[in-house]
Amino acid sequence: MQPRILELRQAVLSKNDELARDLRARFRENGVLAVNLVSSPGSGKTALLEATLREMRARGWAVAAIVGDLATENDALRLARSGAPVRQIETGTLCHLEADLVARHLEGWSLGELDFLFIENVGNLVCPSDYDLGEAVRAVLLSVTEGEDKPRKYPPLFHSADVALITKIDLAVAVEFDRAAALASVQTVAPHATIIETSARTGQGLDAWIDYLAQRRAEL
Amino acid sequence: MHELSIAYNLVELAETAARNAGATKVTAVHLRLGAMAGVVEDALRFSFPLAAAGTLVEGAELTVETVPVRIFCTACDAERTLPPPFAFRCPVCATPAARLIQGREIQLDAIEIEEAAYAAAHP
Repeated sequence: MQPRILELRQAVLSKNDELARDLRARFRENGVLAVNLVSSPGSGKTALLEATLREMRARGWAVAAIVGDLATENDALRLARSGAPVRQIETGTLCHLEADLVARHLEGWSLGELDFLFIENVGNLVCPSDYDLGEAVRAVLLSVTEGEDKPRKYPPLFHSADVALITKIDLAVAVEFDRAAALASVQTVAPHATIIETSARTGQGLDAWIDYLAQRRAEL
Repeated sequence: MHELSIAYNLVELAETAARNAGATKVTAVHLRLGAMAGVVEDALRFSFPLAAAGTLVEGAELTVETVPVRIFCTACDAERTLPPPFAFRCPVCATPAARLIQGREIQLDAIEIEEAAYAAAHP
């Protein structure tokens, strides 16, 4: 017996893609630059974000953050010390954030009053790469304490980034960080990406990072 | 391991399309998977029957066509295929190439279905 073939040619994540498109439109209409922060666990997303929120507030920007983890509200509590509005998404077993989770956690926030929204993804170098969250900027972090060849090992995520932040740069000497190798590794996988070296502890590179974000917001 | 959520999305799309077409059963699901999609085929194959259980898709065969990574080289003015491990430069002239034009797909290409009318006519 001959079954019928139905041609579909549908993106499997089309539901997420459509929600992300709606979010992107909402962000743009409200003049909000949404930034999706991705990296492996422990590369310093929360520390960098806390320093970024603090510094941007000091410069008069209205900033907010949504932070995803499998469990605990620890990161939200940490980030809230900056004075910015922060919400935690506890994903349970989900290894990445999805657009509908972000949309639900925006409820009650007036986007028109915001300039920047940071979305700290679940620490994971694989799964978040396929899920558009409606962000205008995807920032991937690579800390000097990780291997310099991480980008070569995880090309989908690194390639999907607009900006690569080399974090914990204050530790570079102590861990014998091979800067040239790390930069080459990023450039091999993501030649289009802007690279910024940062330290949340000393503040190095924060100006460049914030200037980059302000520039991207001006281009919305 | 996000393959299980991808498998659920895949099954949901296949089942919706099958229902809309009046099908009683999905016998095969054809997927196109980009080499840079970040999806592990084995993990997806493991997850698929779990996601399909109790749906019209239960028991369907899953076929996966791997879509190679393609970039456009502005220096050569030509499309090139990139072999893994993925270095984003032209394999011919070594010019860095930014965004890829193919290779991130997770696409439900087609399904094979059995229809109620057909099943009734061919018991």
